[in-house]
Amino acid sequence: MRASRPFLAVDQGALVKKDYSFWSLFKQGLSHNEGWEPAWRNAEPKPSYNVIIVGGGGHGLATAYYLAKDHGIRDIAVVEKGYLGGGNTARNTTIVRSNYLWDEAALLYEHSLKLWEGLTQDLNFNVMFSQRGVFNLGHTLQDMRDIERRVNANNLNGIDAMVLSAAEVKARIPLIDISKNRRYPILGASFQPRGGIARHDAVAWGFARAASKYGVDIIENCEVTGMDIAGGRIKGIETTRGAIRADRVGCVAAGHSSVLAKMAGIRLPLESHPLQAFVSESLKPVLHTVVMSNAVHGYLSQSDKGELVIGAGIDHYLSYAQRGSPHIIEHAAAAIIELFPTFSRVRMNRQWGGIVDTTPDACPIISKTKVKGLYFNCGWGTGGFKATPGSGNVFAHTIAHDDPHPLNRAFSIDRFHTGHLIDEHGAAGVAH
Amino acid sequence: MFVFKCPFCQEAREEEEFAYGGEAFIARPDAPDQTNEATWGDYLFTRKNPKGWHWEMWFHATGCRKFFVVKRNTATHAIAGSWPLAEGRKLYDAEGGGA
Repeated sequence: MRASRPFLAVDQGALVKKDYSFWSLFKQGLSHNEGWEPAWRNAEPKPSYNVIIVGGGGHGLATAYYLAKDHGIRDIAVVEKGYLGGGNTARNTTIVRSNYLWDEAALLYEHSLKLWEGLTQDLNFNVMFSQRGVFNLGHTLQDMRDIERRVNANNLNGIDAMVLSAAEVKARIPLIDISKNRRYPILGASFQPRGGIARHDAVAWGFARAASKYGVDIIENCEVTGMDIAGGRIKGIETTRGAIRADRVGCVAAGHSSVLAKMAGIRLPLESHPLQAFVSESLKPVLHTVVMSNAVHGYLSQSDKGELVIGAGIDHYLSYAQRGSPHIIEHAAAAIIELFPTFSRVRMNRQWGGIVDTTPDACPIISKTKVKGLYFNCGWGTGGFKATPGSGNVFAHTIAHDDPHPLNRAFSIDRFHTGHLIDEHGAAGVAH
Repeated sequence: MFVFKCPFCQEAREEEEFAYGGEAFIARPDAPDQTNEATWGDYLFTRKNPKGWHWEMWFHATGCRKFFVVKRNTATHAIAGSWPLAEGRKLYDAEGGGA
């Protein structure tokens, strides 16, 4: 893994002694793995902090980490109403890509993808980022024209992407059915070789551990019940574990963003929907890449455990219940069998739903608000996981400088008043 | 899977017959050409998105093809009832605009 790490330890002193390394694995192995320390401190809330991050998922923890690492702000609390990474971080299909159509979105997701590429080293935690490539299939002539347009736009933005014919897709994915007599024949695909998947839990744990090392307090089982606002400024939050004061509060609460915004007297252009996914029993390796299809509404990959991980489209009604309707699952399963008839006998193991906060233009809101010192990072909808490091990185900048990073300036909440929407619906190979 | 009672067909049917129509009773600004961008943007995009009781429209897509209003709890998925729009509006107003 990281044979050179012990030499670096000289400069960095006590902090690095606890780093994971080949040596630490070896040493702990000799003592029957009983000497491992917890990856992060479970902190008690202090009366006040410099910055509070509401939401202990990947995005919130990444925000705290980059605030500490890049902006020198260490007096931070991350408050989480449940357990760490137990919301959408644990409920997605772990796909990472950056092949978005519009410049604003493409550059933001590409920023994130670049951070993914160094994340395991950066966090000293193996997030199992596997760049196994992402295929977005085209089933109609219009699909193929859209794919060509998007691939060209990607290339202009310096993002790797190519158009593949059906035969080229088949050559790379032997099990896929490209026969012409399907209901939705595969005519080709866009392919992003640098896309892939990562281990979702490891992302939350890695960011938590790295942030905790910088002194960030991670406070679980602490639900926000109110916001203390006076004179148009945030003063702190009320929680189930008492009041906590801070001049700056960043909300990264995904599906519950509207609930938090209401406490601050803010209304957001969000709708919370269930998004369902399911996994099969473990199989031997059958699929070494990620396959997505908008037309038939399904996407899948195979995890390192061997499960096929399959994502569906959203349920159209509002819900906070983390469950959806069975016919959506049936539809996604039908889509997968359309692409891979071989999988028709595969048995499914588990199914779940997460609550995704969708915006009218399918792009996130990473923004200041009318309340001074209160920031929102929300609206990631169906595609937030891929953005985890980039989202935290630019949101940390926004909080630290009270001014957006150049990459998230366009993702302000004001765009729903000015009309400068970034319409990624259907344009970006987003399955929704 | 929800079962909705269509107030027009007077039948309880499964969700697959219906299409979701979004938040109900969103007031359109009276004079769109005179309203400011913030008001118009809020009308187009801003939603209550409550955790709890929600007044929403559903469309009986494979039945009578009429819109009606449902009061449904987004946290528990309980359904309080379904009404034609005008009737639902009265109940909605009586409880203070679905607050």
